[in-house]
Amino acid sequence: MDPVIFLIQVLNGVQYGLLLFLVASGLTLIFGILGIINLAHGSFYMVGAYLAFSLTERLGSFWLALAAGVVLAVLLGMALEWLVMRFLYQRDHLYQVLLTYGLILIFEELRSLVWGDDVHGVQVPQLLDFSIPLTDTLSYQVYRLAMSAICLAIAAGMYWLIQKTRLGMMIRAGSFNRDMAQSLGIDIALLYRAVFALGVALAALAGMLAAPVSSVFPGMGNQVLIISFVVVVIGGIGSVKGAFVAAILIGLADTFGKVLVPQIAAMVVYLLMAAVLLWRPQGIFGRA
Amino acid sequence: MTINDQRTSRRRFLQGAGGLALSASPLALPFAFAQPAPLKVGLMLPYTGTYASLGNAITNAFKLYVAEKGGKLAGRDIEYVVLDDESEPAKAVDNANRIVNRDKVDVLVGTVHSGVQAGMVKVVRESGVLSIIPNAGFGAATGQLCAPNIFRTSFSNWQTIHALGKVMWEKGHKTCAWITHKYAAGEEMFGGFRQGYEKVGGKIVKDLWLPFPNVEFQALLTEIAAAKPDAVACFFAGGAAVKFVKDYDAAGLKAKIPLYGNGFLTDGTLQAQGASAQGILTTLHYADSLEIPKDKEFRLNYAKAYKLQPDVYAVQGYDAAQLLDIGLKAVKGDVKAAKAMFAAMEGVTIDSPRGKWKMSRAHNPIQDSYLRQVVGEQNKYVSVAWKALEDPAPGCRMLA
Repeated sequence: MDPVIFLIQVLNGVQYGLLLFLVASGLTLIFGILGIINLAHGSFYMVGAYLAFSLTERLGSFWLALAAGVVLAVLLGMALEWLVMRFLYQRDHLYQVLLTYGLILIFEELRSLVWGDDVHGVQVPQLLDFSIPLTDTLSYQVYRLAMSAICLAIAAGMYWLIQKTRLGMMIRAGSFNRDMAQSLGIDIALLYRAVFALGVALAALAGMLAAPVSSVFPGMGNQVLIISFVVVVIGGIGSVKGAFVAAILIGLADTFGKVLVPQIAAMVVYLLMAAVLLWRPQGIFGRA
Repeated sequence: MTINDQRTSRRRFLQGAGGLALSASPLALPFAFAQPAPLKVGLMLPYTGTYASLGNAITNAFKLYVAEKGGKLAGRDIEYVVLDDESEPAKAVDNANRIVNRDKVDVLVGTVHSGVQAGMVKVVRESGVLSIIPNAGFGAATGQLCAPNIFRTSFSNWQTIHALGKVMWEKGHKTCAWITHKYAAGEEMFGGFRQGYEKVGGKIVKDLWLPFPNVEFQALLTEIAAAKPDAVACFFAGGAAVKFVKDYDAAGLKAKIPLYGNGFLTDGTLQAQGASAQGILTTLHYADSLEIPKDKEFRLNYAKAYKLQPDVYAVQGYDAAQLLDIGLKAVKGDVKAAKAMFAAMEGVTIDSPRGKWKMSRAHNPIQDSYLRQVVGEQNKYVSVAWKALEDPAPGCRMLA
């Protein structure tokens, strides 16, 4: 492979990986801290993309839509936590799977009622709607680079939030021992609601950022759901750092899988998962 | 006019099961028919999921034709048995069995998804019931698995893209790259394209495949840029088509390496694709602004009835009803005279909104393939890319 092309492919892989991280980070937070297997995570991604579509049209600006969308996603997350999720913390995983699967069906049906079954597109914001030439035939869309930058900023922000702030300390405490944290005066109910809302907002934000380069279509959430679970499992359940490393690994594996071994491209990511789990069953950064 | 909608969805089925438990007496069936029972038309189509809009367009147009005929075909009332196949191949055989053997439909119309069609073909080949395919391009349905009772009013996958190679060659593209999803339909499309393109002397320098339904195209776009072919031919539909066309443009490839495809690339997706799709040339058996009186009339009536513009899927559904009408008329509505009915449908010429087409001996349309160009939000008719294109129907025993 030509070295320039190789570098471009690395860029492709990292860029895809960063977007995966954004979706998967919310999933791993909810899974790791609340202990909930949230199958509806992909639906939040889809809701985000559809919100970007509607709000960009209404507000006339993608960035305003992004801000309004995040606020709406946080509200949606809090409402859902209050309505259903809080009854699941003490329950078996089976109940969680059943309920969140039910949520997928509800969100799909609502999507169909509100937005219909057509495919939609979202305009790339004008400020970033140009490409930088990389070779004589290929250019790179600046929006994609900006998207990666935003994902990196969010990764850094999450690291800071969880490791360096008081809220992060409470979140970590709550994930280690719920009862102990509570008896130390931490309002667990409120904390859990905040974490769930954060998870929903991350998924929706990923959907909104992806909307201009992806398209907005029915069932789009289910496609990212599976790969997000792969990221979470490879990285180690509940580890945001793990999700970051795993997402980049998967981005690269997917990209080079398609180029080098197209016959088995669909399997490459899962082979990677199998290999990692054989080596470390708890995931790269998972707690044993 | 007695048109009864009897939608057998999961929900209804559960309600029905509940009702059945309450009145489980076999004597609770007070009715007897004084006159010939209505003709049972089974509509097994997707009404939920990605292809829901296609299923609805086919259903609408089918019912439009029946309504134009006063609600009757060959003097018989029509009763619809509607079943949502969810485009779910795993449920295809069960669903087809239910509608054919339990509901005992007189004719089965369906479906959209090729994988589901494969299951339906298996069931109708065994039962012998008249089956009209209003979309799925699954080649074997009118090829290796062709049967006297299976007819298609849409296309074979091969047929949608075979003319494209010739078009590209005439535009001066001596080499090209091919890209699509790796699944059965993608491979059939590739076969149809390659045959046409290589026959006129074109060379496919690279064929690229990505797992279905993955839509991360960047890696393969980079490969295309490195290979520098004269042009790119592809097959994508729906959400994947929107994303591919936009990504292709954003990668700066569109201006340097022209993109071609069959019509699914730009059908029902133009609003979402926006500027990225402008100027793209595609081939298909239908187009916007065809100068055909029948098409104008159909578009007007459809728009009046449903407050929607019809598309290629609606045309195929309309023709399914036309074909059924012709078969029924030949036997005065008596579907038991199957042999005579099938004979009347074979070789018949259908006056379709897409232009007149003839039913081949393998029971697939012999139809013109149009070259279309994206202008605004229309796939505008450019020229006839291939007059009366007939699917070769490899392996079909009815040709012997």
